[in-house]
Amino acid sequence: MAHTKKTNSQLLFSGLLSENPIFRLALSMCPAVGISTTVMNGILLGIAVLFVQVFSSCTISAIKNYIHPRIRIPTYTLTIATWVTVIDLVLAAYVPAAYKEMGIFVKLIVAFAIITMRLEMFAAKNPLVPSFVDAVGMGLGFLFGMVTLGAIREVLGSGTLLGFDLLGDKPLLFFILPAAGFFTVGFMMAIFNYVELVFKRMKEKKG
Amino acid sequence: MGKIRKQHVWMGWMLLLGIFLLTGCETEHRFVKSTAFKGTHQIVLTFAGPVEEAWAKNLDHYAVYEKPDPDILLGLAGVSLSQDRTTVTLTFRDALNQEQPHLIRLKEILSDGKSQGGALLTVKKAYLGYLVSVLLGAMIIKNFVFTKYLGLCVFFGTSQKKSTAVGMGVTFTLVMVASAMMSWFMYQFVLKPLRLDFLQIVVFIGLVSLSVQAVDTILRKVNPALFKAFGVYLVLVIANCIILAVPLILANNEYNALESLMLAVGAGTGFLIALFLMSSVRERLETANVPPTYRGLPIAFITAGLFALAFMGFSGMSLF
Repeated sequence: MAHTKKTNSQLLFSGLLSENPIFRLALSMCPAVGISTTVMNGILLGIAVLFVQVFSSCTISAIKNYIHPRIRIPTYTLTIATWVTVIDLVLAAYVPAAYKEMGIFVKLIVAFAIITMRLEMFAAKNPLVPSFVDAVGMGLGFLFGMVTLGAIREVLGSGTLLGFDLLGDKPLLFFILPAAGFFTVGFMMAIFNYVELVFKRMKEKKG
Repeated sequence: MGKIRKQHVWMGWMLLLGIFLLTGCETEHRFVKSTAFKGTHQIVLTFAGPVEEAWAKNLDHYAVYEKPDPDILLGLAGVSLSQDRTTVTLTFRDALNQEQPHLIRLKEILSDGKSQGGALLTVKKAYLGYLVSVLLGAMIIKNFVFTKYLGLCVFFGTSQKKSTAVGMGVTFTLVMVASAMMSWFMYQFVLKPLRLDFLQIVVFIGLVSLSVQAVDTILRKVNPALFKAFGVYLVLVIANCIILAVPLILANNEYNALESLMLAVGAGTGFLIALFLMSSVRERLETANVPPTYRGLPIAFITAGLFALAFMGFSGMSLF
């Protein structure tokens, strides 16, 4: 996608929908399955990823001319690790309860393929502003995915949304089980595929 | 011939290292043969020779506490001495938390009128059993893929064919063990003494990349055939969260060298098992009639969900 010039708004929306990191690219699945039991978890981890993505993209984009191509991957990894340490300490200090629930996943943002991939494919080749927009788009896409998954599982599993009682009872307790994360992601992916299929058919009919 | 001798030297070194690690962690006294938990309320001490009854019966001679809280002494309800005066059974008022190692401080052991000096003893659950439970725990009961949801990208990426799955699993286990041991060493001897805990993430990810590079170089020189088979998977290892999760877990839980080794081996083989199970199913899915919207990843996710449900059956199991 780096070959074709895109406007900033296109960059922003491609991360959100057509290249959604969770449902389309199927990257950084671990937290999507592991801790998407509530919307709040999704929001917090989404924000953490957004933060790390934006700051590391900007850092790499700003210093890209000084990185020797042979050591670029270790440089990316260390940059990401630094920003993850920052957000890890911030979350531990300001939202200790939620931090405890998210456990090891905040630290594991380092190993998320999506961040390294964006650095390699986009930030290392583009100037600061488009890199920033691309990072925000990708981060928002991840946030959107996490919140959607969290909402589905929270409403169906415990009948609440963001802690407020919505349905009064627990319609499908199954969705709060850890294993249901796999099912929810699987169903969401199928829905995305289905929508794409329908759009394709509509286009074929028109054409 | 030369090759065999080289292997012997290597094994000798490994053995020495093993003995050093095994003995280095113990804090035993020469006069005490063994210590063990008995039932829920008792600790049994076995001495090398008979001890004085008056010494053994005095509760003031024992101070028992859990290793993390040296300030909280546990209340003793009574002491009994066996007929041959070599075994002392301590009974406690409350049930003991056997997950924690306990320390016992003994004052001036008296045996046949001679003093054997004081002693500081460690009581742990049967150690080999404990190690096996760490191993099996990481491998099956708390399988990293199916119950902790880590390493999913690589898991879904490389579970299409059995041969790929096994190759990835074996490579991963090798790198996992190497990097976990290095991380343990760095954490215990560099980060902790210097109070640099907050650099955990940066240091561990650096060590992981380093060990991947090291395994790459060594394998290329030592066994080119093996490298041809497994080299492609090495790059993927870095993108796997488990490889970073294990050092973080063992730093959090303050595991010692052997426990860390067991955790790393368990995590690696657990990943291998998960990959193998999944690839067996996905090979069959190739020929099955799957609805078009579910083809590819969605059906793989639902299969993984079924596996995760099955693995929930292991939860809460405790061995030994």
